[in-house]
Amino acid sequence: MAKGLVIFDEERCKGCELCISVCPVKILILHETKINSKGYRPASVADPGRCTGCANCALMCPDGAIRVLREE
Amino acid sequence: MKTVFEFTRGMLPEETTYCPGCTHGIAHRLIMEVLEEKGLLGETIGVAPIGCSILAHQYMNIDMCESAHGRAPAVATGIRRAQPDKIVFTYQGDGDLASIGTGEIVHAACRGEQFTTFFINNAIYGMTGGQMAPTSLPGQKTTTTAEGRNTEVSGNPIRMAELIATLSGAVFVERVSLDSPANVRKAKIAVRKAIEVQQKRLGFSFVEILSTCPTNWGCNPVKALEWLRENMIPYYPLGNLKCPEEVK
Amino acid sequence: MSGKVLMKGNEAFAEAAIRSGCRYYFGYPITPQNEITEYMSRELPKVGGSFVQAESEIAAINMAYGCAVAGGKVFISSSSPGIALMQEGFSFLCSTEIPLVILNVSRGGPGVGSIQPGQADYYQATRGGGNGDYHLLVFAPSSIQEAVDLMPQAFQIAQEYRNPVMLLADGMLGQMMEPVVLFEPIPADRGEDIPGIKPWALTGTGEKRPHNVIKSLYLKPEELEVRILERHRKYEKAKKELVRYETVGLEDAEAVMVAYGSTARIAEEAIEILAEEGIKAGLIRPISLWPYPYEAFDSIPDSVKAVVSVELSMGQMLDDVKIGCRGRFPVSLSGRAGGILITPREIASNVRKALGVER
Repeated sequence: MAKGLVIFDEERCKGCELCISVCPVKILILHETKINSKGYRPASVADPGRCTGCANCALMCPDGAIRVLREE
Repeated sequence: MKTVFEFTRGMLPEETTYCPGCTHGIAHRLIMEVLEEKGLLGETIGVAPIGCSILAHQYMNIDMCESAHGRAPAVATGIRRAQPDKIVFTYQGDGDLASIGTGEIVHAACRGEQFTTFFINNAIYGMTGGQMAPTSLPGQKTTTTAEGRNTEVSGNPIRMAELIATLSGAVFVERVSLDSPANVRKAKIAVRKAIEVQQKRLGFSFVEILSTCPTNWGCNPVKALEWLRENMIPYYPLGNLKCPEEVK
Repeated sequence: MSGKVLMKGNEAFAEAAIRSGCRYYFGYPITPQNEITEYMSRELPKVGGSFVQAESEIAAINMAYGCAVAGGKVFISSSSPGIALMQEGFSFLCSTEIPLVILNVSRGGPGVGSIQPGQADYYQATRGGGNGDYHLLVFAPSSIQEAVDLMPQAFQIAQEYRNPVMLLADGMLGQMMEPVVLFEPIPADRGEDIPGIKPWALTGTGEKRPHNVIKSLYLKPEELEVRILERHRKYEKAKKELVRYETVGLEDAEAVMVAYGSTARIAEEAIEILAEEGIKAGLIRPISLWPYPYEAFDSIPDSVKAVVSVELSMGQMLDDVKIGCRGRFPVSLSGRAGGILITPREIASNVRKALGVER
């Protein structure tokens, strides 16, 4: 059971990959098939079961595309 | 599960037109988070510069005005006189603050103006397409230094935080970086202290924020963070140069 | 204070600004207007106002913009080269529709020029030295009393039109001393009233209203054109409502002089000299320079044989005089430059030359 849950606003995402580069458990990827209306491949969670809810991704997101929840 | 991070309401919902990976988005958010957390969104007036962040007023949910290139500290001085009780800040890039605006920032700091300046140092001119900035590094390739910045012609880059720190009116001076989550957290602490200095009316507060410009540096956003770390931080050391006792 | 007081022009201008409710001044020393800056530094704090000696005129105009944008009633002053530095600021203020009153105590130019009086800032004031489509609203007093009386009107016009207003004085008016009747002080705006008086001002949202944004950049040309057209509707209104001038002796004149500011007073003396020689000369004295009183020229009778623009410049007002005359009369210049004051005798001689009767 994952400690954390990240929710991506795929329309806001510009595919900059900063979140991917700072995820300590390396569970973020650019979506393999989806392209948003701006033409970017949005970031997405490949393995949600390992999310720790550290929020590093959200800290580095310049576009306010990430919301993070964590178990209490 | 509880929410541990969501986009601050200090930022308007409008999506920014900044380039993918541009750290303006992070810098804007940190300032707005601090203002929201302190309940100051309704009390704040911001001054946007000439540069990419001239558009900051489309994203920051506070009263804002544009200013002529480099003149934001003078504009903020005027705002401070008409609105003595409000929180006032300027948000400026390298051309605005370290080139055309050197007179205004030095004198605002000299007078100990009771506002905060956030200085976005990304070692290049973004909006105009990648020309050399006063903060561009020796050897750095830009559109006006195709062979790399030649210090014999253009001198060495200016360390603004150190320069401002020599003025007694500047009571809080810190340089931070947005290249990693750990540094982003430290940057937010500096932003908060700078605002607290203003709240306590202790004097001029200045936060230099090392930032990236992937588009004009010619690399992807993640590589840009590495370039910042490997090249800018050695020249522009991080840390606090001045801090009043009251906010330590 | 009531009754007449003998005051130096510069000090009277400053006192009039304070009495108009101004509580903010940002200035940089420059001759021949330093008495204004010094007066403000002493007197503004006494009425709870704010004085800042700026690091340059560029900083001063930007401080004035910031203060006005945040609701302040601001007055600034400078002289010709300093006004040159402020041009970007004027363009910015007109673009963002921010009220401000500026006083230019003009001196001889170009460049550093002279510290003696001049009227060679006419182009700078009326044709705009800043970029883009905009106008300052410009008024030229010819006595200290007139400048004092114009001051509260300048503030009121600036606020009503949301546009900077310039009072174009000259070094002579600034330095001379004349008896003046000062008006009763108008109360300053209270801070809490500003959001009501100026809902566009940056006063903090209080999280009760959408944020106010003051900007001059419009990346979409369609938007920018709309804004410019809106602004120009204001200028059309100004042309109908703000034209001011005075005429002397036009009815049976042979020649008409056109002069503004202190030069108009010298021209009035020339009327007397010419009258002694049997030449009837009249005078049009523009008080508003932008909008210019072209309509005043329609009162010139057809029998007039010459129109002479009298200026302390190489003829910067000639174009406007010619437009006013609409080709009905030959127009010539009676001018001096470099800070030299023209004399009544010189003017009279130039009028005689224009009439072709010079001895």
